[in-house]
Amino acid sequence: MNILVCVKRVPATGGRIVLTPDGTDIDTRYLGFTVSPHEECAVEEAVRIVEGRGGSTTVLTLGPAAAEDQLRDAMAIGIERAILLETDGRDWDPVATARAIVEAIRAQESANGPFDLILFGNESADSGGFQVGIRVAAALGRPVVTGIKSLAPGEGSVVARREAAGGGWETFELPLPAVVSVKEGINLPRYPSVPGRLRARKKEIERSTPAWQSGGLDKVVLRLPATETTQAEVLGRGAEAAPAVVDLLTRIGVLGR
Amino acid sequence: MSGPVIALVTSAGGGPDRASLEALTVARQIAAATGSPVEAIVVAERSSAGGAAASLAGLGVARAIVVEDDRLTPDHPDGWAAAVAQVAETRATSAIVGPGTERGNDLLARVAARLDLPMAANCLTVEPGATWAISRQRWAGSLIEDCRLTARIKVLTIAPNTVAAGAPDGGAAPAVESVPVTLTDADLAVHVTGREAPERGKISLTDAKVVVGGGRGVGSGEGFAELEELASLLGGAVGGSRVVTSAGWRPHADQIGQTGLRIAPDVYIACGISGAIQHIVGCKAAKHIVAINTDAEAPIMGVADYAVIGDQIRRRSPVRA
Repeated sequence: MNILVCVKRVPATGGRIVLTPDGTDIDTRYLGFTVSPHEECAVEEAVRIVEGRGGSTTVLTLGPAAAEDQLRDAMAIGIERAILLETDGRDWDPVATARAIVEAIRAQESANGPFDLILFGNESADSGGFQVGIRVAAALGRPVVTGIKSLAPGEGSVVARREAAGGGWETFELPLPAVVSVKEGINLPRYPSVPGRLRARKKEIERSTPAWQSGGLDKVVLRLPATETTQAEVLGRGAEAAPAVVDLLTRIGVLGR
Repeated sequence: MSGPVIALVTSAGGGPDRASLEALTVARQIAAATGSPVEAIVVAERSSAGGAAASLAGLGVARAIVVEDDRLTPDHPDGWAAAVAQVAETRATSAIVGPGTERGNDLLARVAARLDLPMAANCLTVEPGATWAISRQRWAGSLIEDCRLTARIKVLTIAPNTVAAGAPDGGAAPAVESVPVTLTDADLAVHVTGREAPERGKISLTDAKVVVGGGRGVGSGEGFAELEELASLLGGAVGGSRVVTSAGWRPHADQIGQTGLRIAPDVYIACGISGAIQHIVGCKAAKHIVAINTDAEAPIMGVADYAVIGDQIRRRSPVRA
């Protein structure tokens, strides 16, 4: 089974987000970079499927030259090949991103044969568009499901499960080739080994430089939400706070008298 | 005068879900600004379409559109996308607005992909104009993006829990209009093939009025027994931070935060949770937040309404008394 995983380099934010002075981007001078947790899981899932059934794995990203780091992270846990669609660091909107990815997939498939499965993270951690996987599938004429937390490829099809809107689970069975957007929780990604990292450092990365375009959704400026920083009312310390907590819960109606 | 604004309404438990009613609020604002009517497409079995339309009474919906194809069930995402796309095209629609839920985003992304239109997901505000000025959530709401949307038909999803759902004004139910669509076999190929019911008697985190959340400070999977007990005393549910689900102390389905669930209970009791932004975005819609933490300076204190400084375990037993 030949699997392609698409990932996106994003800053590793933890505490407060700080913006650049002109407000058009996150100030990343003091931040590391990673991929969304959903995508880490997509990479792990691809490696596991191929470990179990044989095949090939490829990781692809659209991003700046430095996104090479995220491709090597994926190769360090077992992805074989990597493709970088190199940008000048500007934002690409979802339509433009999907177009560039589709073009790269078509070129790859005509040279190396089809990808049976193309995996995405459910949404990118930063811009959160919830759509690139669906757009790529539509352009390629392949079935797609999103939000997937369990994946079982069979002969010529794949069974995918996700949590249903009202609780419980729902199952889809898609013929291959197919596109699947996965969510964190589908697996617990492994840590890369040191030999894995060393191997990944030496691997070739296939590069191309698609031209930037707008798909109709253009960022103007970023801002932090109006912080309603609360001054928490301290109810007490340790066990002595219990009566005040009971009072509070009664007052707001979640505890009976 | 422009064509109608289409509100996509998904349903839960027989009626429109809250996020759809919130999105309807924005659809009405757009319609008022552009001088157009609101028409609703309710994603439901055709047999329940009449009831679904009735449930939109008094909410400013001029017409409820029922898709004439008995094969179409809520379990066919591409089928609905095809139907919505066809209705939008034939009615010179100016905008399609739906809920920014997993299902809403999935469905409208399929619509946008079919029509080769951009889509702005999880919008907060929408100002129609020559180009539309939109603000939308990034980082699950930790950051706001002001952007411009240029498109023939604007496809928008509205971030849940950010606008109020309108209260019915006593007006009549929308007129029901049956609209034929052409669905191919390919449109119906992707569909739900099996279902597992939720665990019986378990209160879902997204529905619970009280949620008790645990973080690293809980210390272990066993530590959650006390949180479970508290939750059951309050008729609530237990969730956790990403640390907790990554450590395997709780199943991933219980994760509250950017890559897990967004909750909006009456009370969220955060035990031993420091409050990384990725967690805060999942719980900030709670009406009241009580933080229990040994660190009075933890970031969670910046969003909490009430705080108990100390160890959550020791605090708890007297609550029972």
